[in-house]
Amino acid sequence: MIKRRADVAIIGAGPAGIAAAIKAKLLGLETVLIENRDILGGIPLQCIHPGFGIHYFKEDLTGCEFIQRLIDRMYSVGVDLILNAYVHSIEFNSYIEKRVNVITPNGVYKIDTKTIIYATGARERHLFELNIFGDRPDGVYTAGEAQTLMDLYGILPGENIVIIGSGDVGLIMARRFALEGANVKAVIEIMPYPGGLIRNIVQCLRDFNIPLYLSHTVTDIIGSKRVESVKVAKVDENLRPIKSTEFEIPCDTIVIAAGLIPNIELLEKIGVAMDPKTRGPIVNEFLETSIPGIFVAGNALVINDLVDYAAEQGEIAAEGAKIYIENSGIPTKSWIKMTLGRNIRFVVPHYISGERDVILYARVQKPENNVYLSIANLKIKMYSVRPAEMVRIKIPAKTITENHYVTVPVEVIPT
Amino acid sequence: MKRYKVVIIGAGIVGISIARVLSMYENFDISIVEMEPDVGWGVSKANTSIIHPCHEEDPEKYPLRARLCREGNSIWMNWVKELDIPARWPGELMVFYSSEDEQEAKKYISFAIKNDVPGVRIIYRDELTSYEPNINPEAEGALYAPTAGTISPFEAVIAIAENAIENGVKIFVETRVINIRIRNHSVIGIDTNRGSIDANIVINAAGLYADYISHMAGVAHEFYIKPRRGEYIVFDEDVDVKPIKILHTTPTPITKGVYAITTVHGNLMIGPTAEDLSIDARESKATTEDGFSYLIREGGRLLKRIPPTLKIIRRFASLRPEPPYGNWLIDAYMEPWGFVNVAGIRSPGLTAAPAIAKYVLKLIAERYDINLVEKSSWIRYRKGIKSIRSIDIEKLDELIRRNSGYGKIVCYCKTVSEAEILEAIDRIIKIGAKPTVDGIKFRTTAGFGKCQGLFCRWRIALLLSKRLGIPLYSVTIKKSQYGLGDIKILLRNKMVSKT
Repeated sequence: MIKRRADVAIIGAGPAGIAAAIKAKLLGLETVLIENRDILGGIPLQCIHPGFGIHYFKEDLTGCEFIQRLIDRMYSVGVDLILNAYVHSIEFNSYIEKRVNVITPNGVYKIDTKTIIYATGARERHLFELNIFGDRPDGVYTAGEAQTLMDLYGILPGENIVIIGSGDVGLIMARRFALEGANVKAVIEIMPYPGGLIRNIVQCLRDFNIPLYLSHTVTDIIGSKRVESVKVAKVDENLRPIKSTEFEIPCDTIVIAAGLIPNIELLEKIGVAMDPKTRGPIVNEFLETSIPGIFVAGNALVINDLVDYAAEQGEIAAEGAKIYIENSGIPTKSWIKMTLGRNIRFVVPHYISGERDVILYARVQKPENNVYLSIANLKIKMYSVRPAEMVRIKIPAKTITENHYVTVPVEVIPT
Repeated sequence: MKRYKVVIIGAGIVGISIARVLSMYENFDISIVEMEPDVGWGVSKANTSIIHPCHEEDPEKYPLRARLCREGNSIWMNWVKELDIPARWPGELMVFYSSEDEQEAKKYISFAIKNDVPGVRIIYRDELTSYEPNINPEAEGALYAPTAGTISPFEAVIAIAENAIENGVKIFVETRVINIRIRNHSVIGIDTNRGSIDANIVINAAGLYADYISHMAGVAHEFYIKPRRGEYIVFDEDVDVKPIKILHTTPTPITKGVYAITTVHGNLMIGPTAEDLSIDARESKATTEDGFSYLIREGGRLLKRIPPTLKIIRRFASLRPEPPYGNWLIDAYMEPWGFVNVAGIRSPGLTAAPAIAKYVLKLIAERYDINLVEKSSWIRYRKGIKSIRSIDIEKLDELIRRNSGYGKIVCYCKTVSEAEILEAIDRIIKIGAKPTVDGIKFRTTAGFGKCQGLFCRWRIALLLSKRLGIPLYSVTIKKSQYGLGDIKILLRNKMVSKT
């Protein structure tokens, strides 16, 4: 049994976790960073495409470049690292003292810490979480798994590919497949609009002549040993397949790109309250969950479409941890609850104090053009809002407190 | 003493149980041929996983089924201990909602008496929630049968296979029988896709394909198996409605009722549907939307609440071998001498399998005039793979210090370590099966959790590739390769062929 003490234990060394670790260390906190793989960096390690760091580093980098910069920074500030480490459980000794039990090949670590930043990222939705029936042959991959195989291990999963869902990872993978000589036969999206960023639709599909079927769904998977074909049909306004429109696409591989879910298993086990909309924890402006001293950042908090925001959330959580430690808990405030108004699917954080500048992340339900985003008396003009693109806005301190709100609706208003 | 070469066709629960029982005697030299890459991948892999009490078997209509089911229930209680098979014995409740249903349920009390099933009785609404807090409050009552159990059916086959190997049985996988060799009215062996095997006795336990095998031997021409499809849904471990008892609706002429059960791995499972397919649809294991909605509806009748569908982690379907009139065909023939049918073993086949095995032993000993001689050194016990999942962390720390592989977690959802994966690979090799990612899943539960292998599949494949000394892309997932090949070499070849 190996014992450690820390001010903050950060679980997960992806963008959010590493950014949190750097910030925490710079704020003078005793920091332990726990990573379950034998390498730092998380998912960006397998992202050899650009689009990373435009906000955070003011440069367009590949995932690998982005994460290497963060890792280099982290080494320069010096963070205590535990690799190959699986968090077995979290115990509470007191309001302030928590214990993280970690399994590693060197034995079990018991880390006594005042705060925890949970930055374990997300997992992909898999076939059985979609309303798709049929055979269960080999040849079905999630986009992330296909990416792992192609970009970490140099393996082509299949030759004739149908991608289910138009999430960003799926679009990126469509292009990767095309570049490596595979044949992407179709991208099937059940919604009437794409699930990924416009830039990815253009750069990954249109530039490679890959057909995108909006308002379509896979109605059947066929194959005894390996995938042989899929049946596809148009859907009606209730997203139900229209049988008469069904057609078959022969293929040997199915790639599921149907979105991500925050990876919050351990938080669920210890009773952290969750938001059914984000499927991540309910948090205040310090990204503190319903359990005091447990903070969350990155895709474990909310599914981001830009890595920059995940890193930013890591820093916010580290600041929260600092305030928590200084005050032996986040001081009690008259929290103002952000409520979901017109065309808003979710807002994070859920509670703000109004005392300081806060960054709000939100997603809309449906695409709209020429609208205002309205929060209390703050109105921000937006040319377009789309479900695939997270809205990030900074709310200056006092915008809300002056009006003595208890709840504030966030809404999209047509101009 | 004459030694008989025995070939058993099919390494499912029936074939493997027969191998175990026959391996107790000096008289037999036993081989099993299996068409799949691993043991237990047919009917045995995907079923309701229940060890039935046997109060549902009509002793007049199906005397053999009733008798062997009842005996099997008792034998399993020993076998799961001897072979370290995951099992629970919670008892079952056949739930009724009306007086009509109640009359139907009561019918089974007389079966229970005739079949000598202990403890069966009716309980009414006032007692129901004490027995089962997760039951639908609209239920009027239930028929309680305390001797019902649930096991892990695929682990049962694996455990028995490992034990049978210890006792001298040989297993040949990916071996499909194409002919039964007969000379002078006696079987002399089989021909397979991988060559011939000599045999004095051929036992047909080929599950869904048992009728084909029987016809190859020239017996039971009128016997045909009809595939009956059953679909299931599996919820994540963390749902808050997990019945303690095995719950099911009353059987109808068409179905045996739908079950809601907490499996030995802690998942809520609902199923099966029952759909008769055409006679040649022996591989039609597709799930359907209709089946899915039916199970959600029936599950909702049994349980106080059905968990949200986003908690579903797996849907699957299996085929059951339905024989004519529901009758099992168990016979040892004189023409050709040495051919034995153990065919059409539909429900309660899993429950009865050990009893079927003993019955078959007796049958061939009598029919073929074999003087059974017990082995003096038969190995009764087998231990499962050491799992770290529910181990105390102080103990785990000691374990890691002896083998650091227990400290490398491969499957996050089910907390499965590298040491367990490597042990599974070695055990697969030892029984003569083909190491696959799926085979490891069934031995360690890696990939059984809520992410369904998203995080661990490629890492298990990496371990397999390293252990077997093969490229990652050529690792077998279930029945085909993980990938096509090296991405750059494939692309280069493609460019060359284009120019």
